[in-house]
Amino acid sequence: MGLFILRRVGVMILTALCLTFVVFFMTNLYPNLEKLAKTQGNFRMSDEAVASWLEKGGYLQSTPKKYLEWVGLAPSYQHVADDGTITGRCITPGMDPAEAPRFCGILQGYWGYSTVFKDEVSSIVATRLSLTGTLMFWVMVVMVPSALILGVLAGMKEGSATDRTLSTFAITTTATPEYVSGVLFIAIFSSSAVGLKWFKGTATSAMESPNIENFLLPVLTIALYGMGYIARMTRASMTEVMTAQYIRTARLKGVSFPNIVMKHALRNALIAPFTVIMLQFPWLLNGVVIVETLFNYKGFGWTLVQAAGNNDIELLLGVSVVSVLVVLITQLISDIGYVYLNPRIRIS
Amino acid sequence: MDPLSWTGSIAFLNPLLFAALGLLAISILLWIVIGAVTPENRAITNEGGTLSLSAGPQGLAALAVRITFLASAVILLAYVVLGLVMGTGAGIIGAISQRMLPVWIALILLFTLSISFKRRLGLYGKLFDSPIGMIGFGLVMFWVFTGIFGAFDMIVTHDSLAQASGMKNKAPGTPLRGAEDGDFAWYLLGGDNLARDVFSRMVKGAWEVVKIAPLATIFAFMVGITLGLPAGYYGGKLDTFLSFLANLILAFPVILLFYLLVTPEIVATGLPQYMAVVLFAFPMVFFGVLLNARYRTQPQKNLIILAVVLVPLFLMYMSLINAAGSKIDFWPLDFFDVPGGILVVFVSVVFVNSPTVFRIVRGLTMDIKTRDYVAAAQTRGERPWYIMLWEVLPNARGPLIVDFCLRIGYTTILLGTLGFFGLGLPPESPDWGSTINEGRKLLSVYLHPALPPAIALLSLVLGLNLLADGLREESLRD
Repeated sequence: MGLFILRRVGVMILTALCLTFVVFFMTNLYPNLEKLAKTQGNFRMSDEAVASWLEKGGYLQSTPKKYLEWVGLAPSYQHVADDGTITGRCITPGMDPAEAPRFCGILQGYWGYSTVFKDEVSSIVATRLSLTGTLMFWVMVVMVPSALILGVLAGMKEGSATDRTLSTFAITTTATPEYVSGVLFIAIFSSSAVGLKWFKGTATSAMESPNIENFLLPVLTIALYGMGYIARMTRASMTEVMTAQYIRTARLKGVSFPNIVMKHALRNALIAPFTVIMLQFPWLLNGVVIVETLFNYKGFGWTLVQAAGNNDIELLLGVSVVSVLVVLITQLISDIGYVYLNPRIRIS
Repeated sequence: MDPLSWTGSIAFLNPLLFAALGLLAISILLWIVIGAVTPENRAITNEGGTLSLSAGPQGLAALAVRITFLASAVILLAYVVLGLVMGTGAGIIGAISQRMLPVWIALILLFTLSISFKRRLGLYGKLFDSPIGMIGFGLVMFWVFTGIFGAFDMIVTHDSLAQASGMKNKAPGTPLRGAEDGDFAWYLLGGDNLARDVFSRMVKGAWEVVKIAPLATIFAFMVGITLGLPAGYYGGKLDTFLSFLANLILAFPVILLFYLLVTPEIVATGLPQYMAVVLFAFPMVFFGVLLNARYRTQPQKNLIILAVVLVPLFLMYMSLINAAGSKIDFWPLDFFDVPGGILVVFVSVVFVNSPTVFRIVRGLTMDIKTRDYVAAAQTRGERPWYIMLWEVLPNARGPLIVDFCLRIGYTTILLGTLGFFGLGLPPESPDWGSTINEGRKLLSVYLHPALPPAIALLSLVLGLNLLADGLREESLRD
């Protein structure tokens, strides 16, 4: 088990390095840098001015070297101007270059400076992530229990009336992407055209004080899309368990149906959905970006859109590091959890 | 010209429809409750030793569901048929139904032909034994035909880009101000915030999806199959490497990837085009290997067949990746240019979808390669690629076809996402995602610009999912 986890963590770190390198490479392509120089300096810069601006910031080094500097594994670039002043990533204005740290990358906690929000990337990511954390927490609270109940109820008796109705419902929710269900929800529950106006169509006020009125629609929108998939997986695993030999034995022994479901079937039926729920995180991230844009909830996904749309390279890199890590860690948890929950694998 | 109401002179159907739908809901509820409460039907031994099931309340409830469902379907059909006959006399619904005439004809032809020959059509024919599959197939084909006929300007009432004065955000059924002879006199589903016809844009949007989604899915499948078969069949280092690559792409947040690939700066570097060079080469590799594996022993025939298939494919490939004024511009025989935005969208969708297909194919291959017929082929001395493509692949077709349907739906959702964020497709493009994005900004006041594309997308994807479900059921049956 220890070796297994160690190997998984090793693969995870390798994956994270590859992915962040890809993002780094793509955000640091020359046209992006040129755009950055022009937005930071001025828009009428000549090509030479752009080149010297980039030279000064150390952007013209080779990509692997820049990447290592950014991660914090190589000493940071320092630029010596003609008059002898030294500038560099690690050197904040007013600091003596001799005292500045040699390494300043992600590993040292230096995440860079956002050009859009005019703030440290680390503090932006932290605040936005906590906002999205609240959203995700409530999504999970709504989605997981209802999906599991739906799946178990449908899978108890395959082909029954409950099964067919709930399966149709599950299929419908998986066929409704967030930007469709969100639009439908806003149209029905918050527009003045329909006139119900039960909930608010934006979740901006939910950033300070989330309540049912401003938070239900975004939560429901994300939860619905993920729910159908988890419910279908739960149903499949439940029907498989319900045809197993030991369930038949229990039935023939005369155990009552609720007892069979609760005591015999449920535990085994929930192993597969656990992995599915954990692997659902990357998709939830997708949904978060759409829903936060749709409901104007300024969380992590909204930040991603802003950073990507405004060529805010360091913020985008920070955001992608966090999202890649979230995805990889959930994958790791799902692998380990699967082994832990499933005695057949654990013992062998 | 008067504004059109929703149902016009067939408004008498509305209470009937509401009644039927209400009864349907009640009977479904009853069906569930009765099914959960009462015991299962018991088998009764009749005189003469035959067995039959006892008729219980469950059977009655199921019958009630069936009857009310049929009644609702008949009333909905009545809307369409009456609308077809009466046209604008039957309000907006009638007018739309009349505009959709080619779609109805094509659907009726397709269904009568398919049902009458269904025993000879294999899995496709079996689809018509499953009601769920039939509903799904009907929904899908409805949008496919709408898209195709829409592309020929048959259904649309107005130019999807033309703006008419005074039609900004107007409600559905508003007559066009100053309509000339030959113009369609109403905006059937209203005007959007740039005074364009919502109905025509929705129909044109169907074409955007029909044109990109299936093709992109086919490409993703080519990539996934060509890489997944050897990974599953050989295993070992190759498998480890390819799986690592696939996991790498799968761990990438999709939206971030889109933002990175689709921004104009990245497009200018030609990166998506280089990806297209790699990804679009896979169909050639696939067909080349497929045919070569089969006809390797007959060199003469092999050469002819390969030439017949690969030369056109190669020409298409070259004209696909070669675009004037871009990074790849050297090939003289350029038959067509794909608009830059579309190519980028296409590449990113294929790129995102292929790792999942790869994983599915790999898993299926690992399962199937332990079967006896594979061992038999190995004993016969068949080459690995022959076994993979002509023994393993045909036997993996069931799950692959099902996943193909699901994946088209997923690709449709992805395309919508791209449109929703305004990535790749041109800003005035009528695709559903962009239209939803434009419509949502005024959603609290005007519903009509955002709802039709949203419902269209929902119904198409729902249709694809139902179709996949029906196919799965029917392919499991044999």
